[in-house]
Amino acid sequence: MATMPASASDLLKSFKLKTKQQELLIRVSILCLVYILAFITRLFSVLRYESMIHEFDPYFNYRTTLYLTENGFYDFWNWFDYESWYPLGRIVGGTLYPGLMVTAVLIYRILRFLRFAVHIREVCVLTAPFFASNTTLVAYFFGKEIWDSGAGLVAAILIAVCPGYISRSVAGSYDNEGVAIFALLFTFYVFVKAVNTGSLAWSLASAFGYFYMVSAWGGYVFIINLIPLYVLVLLITGRYSMRLYVAYNCMYILGMLLAMQIRFVGFQHVQSGEHMAAMGVFFLMQVFYFLDWVKHMLSDTKLFQAFLRITVTSAVAVGGVALGLGMVSGYISPWTGRFYSLLDPTYAKDHIPIIASVSEHQPTAWSSFMFDFHILLFLFPAGLYFCFKRLSDATIFIVMYGLTSMYFAGVMVRLILVATPAVCLISAIAVSATVKNLTVLLRSKNKVVQTGSTKGSGGSKSSSKALLDQSQPFQKNGAIALLFGAFYLLSRYATHCTWVTSEAYSSPSIVLAARGAHGNRVIFDDYREAYFWLRQNTPQDAKVMSWWDYGYQITAMGNRTVIVDNNTWNNTHIATVGRAMSSYEDEAIEIIRSLDVDYVLVVFGGVTGYSSDDINKFLWMVRIGGGVFPVIKEPDYLVNGEYRVDKGAAPKMLNCLMYKLCYYRFGEMMTEYGKPPGYDRARGVEIGNKDVKLEHLEEAFTTSNWIVRIYRVKPPNNRW
Amino acid sequence: MEAPIRAREALGFILFSLLFSICRSSSLNHLLISNAERRIDLSSHIVKVFLTLKVENAGSTPTSEVLLSFPPTQADHLATVEALVTKGKRKKTTLVRLDVKPTELPDAPNDAKYFTIYLANPLKSGESTTIEVLYLLTHSQEPFPAEIAQSESQLVYYRDSALILSPYHIKQQTTFIKTPSTKVESFTRVEPSNRAGTEIKYGPYEDHPPYSFSPILIHFENNSPFAVVEELVREVEISHWGNLQVTEQYTLVHAGARHKGVFSRVDYQSRPTLNGASSLRYLLARLPPRVHSVYYRDEIGNISSSHLRTDSRKSELEIEPRYPLFGGWKATFVIGYGLPLQDFLFETSDDRRYLNFTFGCPLLETVVDKLTVKVVLPEGSKDPSAVVPFPVEQHLETKYSYLDVVGRTVVVMEKKNLVPAHNSHFQVYYTFKPIFMLAEPLMLSSAFFLFFVACVAYLHIDLSIRK
Repeated sequence: MATMPASASDLLKSFKLKTKQQELLIRVSILCLVYILAFITRLFSVLRYESMIHEFDPYFNYRTTLYLTENGFYDFWNWFDYESWYPLGRIVGGTLYPGLMVTAVLIYRILRFLRFAVHIREVCVLTAPFFASNTTLVAYFFGKEIWDSGAGLVAAILIAVCPGYISRSVAGSYDNEGVAIFALLFTFYVFVKAVNTGSLAWSLASAFGYFYMVSAWGGYVFIINLIPLYVLVLLITGRYSMRLYVAYNCMYILGMLLAMQIRFVGFQHVQSGEHMAAMGVFFLMQVFYFLDWVKHMLSDTKLFQAFLRITVTSAVAVGGVALGLGMVSGYISPWTGRFYSLLDPTYAKDHIPIIASVSEHQPTAWSSFMFDFHILLFLFPAGLYFCFKRLSDATIFIVMYGLTSMYFAGVMVRLILVATPAVCLISAIAVSATVKNLTVLLRSKNKVVQTGSTKGSGGSKSSSKALLDQSQPFQKNGAIALLFGAFYLLSRYATHCTWVTSEAYSSPSIVLAARGAHGNRVIFDDYREAYFWLRQNTPQDAKVMSWWDYGYQITAMGNRTVIVDNNTWNNTHIATVGRAMSSYEDEAIEIIRSLDVDYVLVVFGGVTGYSSDDINKFLWMVRIGGGVFPVIKEPDYLVNGEYRVDKGAAPKMLNCLMYKLCYYRFGEMMTEYGKPPGYDRARGVEIGNKDVKLEHLEEAFTTSNWIVRIYRVKPPNNRW
Repeated sequence: MEAPIRAREALGFILFSLLFSICRSSSLNHLLISNAERRIDLSSHIVKVFLTLKVENAGSTPTSEVLLSFPPTQADHLATVEALVTKGKRKKTTLVRLDVKPTELPDAPNDAKYFTIYLANPLKSGESTTIEVLYLLTHSQEPFPAEIAQSESQLVYYRDSALILSPYHIKQQTTFIKTPSTKVESFTRVEPSNRAGTEIKYGPYEDHPPYSFSPILIHFENNSPFAVVEELVREVEISHWGNLQVTEQYTLVHAGARHKGVFSRVDYQSRPTLNGASSLRYLLARLPPRVHSVYYRDEIGNISSSHLRTDSRKSELEIEPRYPLFGGWKATFVIGYGLPLQDFLFETSDDRRYLNFTFGCPLLETVVDKLTVKVVLPEGSKDPSAVVPFPVEQHLETKYSYLDVVGRTVVVMEKKNLVPAHNSHFQVYYTFKPIFMLAEPLMLSSAFFLFFVACVAYLHIDLSIRK
């Protein structure tokens, strides 16, 4: 009788996990849940709209991926695209980062091999969420590396739902950034791991991570500048070690050689100004090592000091002369405009309107920081504090990553994305460390009370703790309150993230949704209506002129040749289009004919009140056009520095091609009850020129809500 | 313009040669038609012709075959020919369908094409019977002018003969032609002929010898959209887990007068009756009842303009193309839907299964130039055979879908020139062992099992070389 319960409890005990196993189980299940959460929170766009590719650039990526699946890798590599930048064309294989497409096609092939009959579009749509899930895993390991596994878990959770990252990785946002953030964080993690361990294997892994990053996104420049900077800081702070030497040299040399395999990057690692810092630090590292060796060999400190001075001076001199010679001879290219604009936020505005015209290149408003980071913005400084308190090679790295990327995030809206992982990691350290401290406080106090009661007299330690407890009587309550506060904040964060994802970041921007008068959902599918019309009802070789924003979409969805597209590599060509749009019709027709254009496409929001249309973008066309062709002058389109389209508008504005194409026969249209005909709802004014006559162009198609209007270029009149 | 001229020349040539060939007596001439009435319905772009023939056996031997003849230009556009005969007396009449088969005759004058109607009971000498013939013609209305602007209405030519082309002597015949509206620009007069409202009457004509032909040309307004599906691929996938998945890929074109010049949205929206009268705004697809998960999309995504109405007997899917189709404009799209399997899959007494499904295109009032029906049988099914009520081209294919190892057998049937009248049922018979249904779940669960075993093994094996 007595043995029975004993054996039963034995059995139970054998099933009961040890604390260590329990911890592992909880950790693994949290990670699995986070992995799934990161994926499904990005599916809002699919549920709200459909499984489709979003926005502008993803359409190019989708088109190239289709090409890659249909024609294979070698054709893709050698692809010369006749359908864009007519009549110049574009060497697509040599001017893109193929990482994303290759990844998607690889996933597609694997799924096909496993007999999952998926369409390549589904793979493309879900690539970004899939990589976001993987990023959470990397964030976990990274957090574990720089702090502890608790911080890793918190980092994984934070990054899984952080809006700053979600904005670029929702389902359908098939863009380079989707995989690049994964590659970026992976490279950093593996590099930090390599620095911590001094292992060749890890630094080799970081070289491959870097290679993947280079193949995926132009943002790799951030890595190749941040890592040398980090190494430099370690050198200056006297944290130089063999581990660092191994990690950096292996990563730099192999990473550079691998990166040269990407055609778009080519020899930039040795020839471009942006990559020189890495090379300089590489040589510095060798000098350092050499000095270290000499120091080891020389016992005389004075002699060494002299030697040090000579070597450093000559090394700097040689480096400076080499750089100068390279610059002068043109072997090393100077920094690009984009790079300048990062260091000097006003540079683009003054010199390169085409960069400044892109909305995602604008300096960040403080509200978007709040929108994208929410409580992380407050946790970030707290995390920095914890990092400084426990300074190590790893925490120095994350601090530097956090601070530099925060600066860049302030310069350009889109770079919030790069800052997000760092902000999440540092905030995770703050959360984890705070919560840990508080819970330790709660638990240790209980223990003290317990031990005090059972043992009677504790050691000197426990008595001192008891003394401490007595000195802070509300410590326990305070800890509980703070814990609740932390959980309240975190739950607010979760709600905010979900709300932002579902409301702001899940719109494909191809399909517009609005609320109707009765609260029902109204869909404006005009873009696809127009593109599909082009695809089906125009000659196969028709050339379409539009502002460059729509180029990728026209080639991908409309399958027609465009003059300019979102790959803004030729400023003159874009300026020509800008000039045509801002000239009078008879001047514009000369340009249009010289470019062999068959159709002109404009986007017009006057009927629906859609504000990001061509009239609102028009000043950029004038600026970009005027930047190359001084005939176009911005003041001609303004009245007292004011941009208007109503009766008080500038005469040149009222008669330029863009105005005519947008408002052709709009004067007959009643858009809103109680307003005169020709009332522009996007700008809230009655238009100034209602009697628009076109001589050389004719209306070919207008979508049902007038958002896209396509005009056919009439053949020249017969001469007699 | 070249094509119509050539067609007109050809018709003239036929006429002359037919007149010559009248003299030739044929062995067929022991039948004669005592009364013929023809009603041609031109209200849509599919021409429907109802022919009522009173056939009399004037010969001495009983015969059960009656010939119908068509000029070659019409025969090319002939989608279907049906013959019916009334049975029973007075009130208890029922219509009985007769077999109709295309026939080649060695001495056919001017490539006239023949169809033979097989009577159920041989027609004895001196007896007579009434046969109702219905045939449909596609692509038989030629837009003229061939290009119209947005505000113009669509005018078409219809060519036929005032006299019924027949290998038999016709004692008396009348032809009624119904036009879609009263707007008739012109019509060839063959006295006695007159027009009243939407009807043009030719005849009655008395005693015309075999192969009499008198070409007529009617020029009238037809604003019904000429919806033509150039190619339709219907894929019916059977899953024995209870679902029948249908995917239909359409290439739709408006085959009417081509659109010319400007498309003005403001005119089209504000004056819909005057502008783009012949444009194709929407289509109606009649789907089987209990349809579920319907989608309507094209290469670039979902098309949001569609409505589904379901009741217990049928489902109606109203679809609008992304843009209104004017003459010559094209649109491609895909419609897909799921159906409960028990409505369509049955078992025969000898343990075979068969799928019973409609063949044609579910869109109303459309012509399908080329239809491919693919029936994807479940993996592991054997001996497929298809039974279709009309001649089709058949072959087999293999398709790989989710988790397939050996691939699924696909029965492919192809037919050209279809009209809604072809929406009859066809059957595909096959044998299938239910054990195959378990193959895929077993594969999946074993893959997961192996994965977990691998995880367990990894956690218990120490692979490090350092010790």
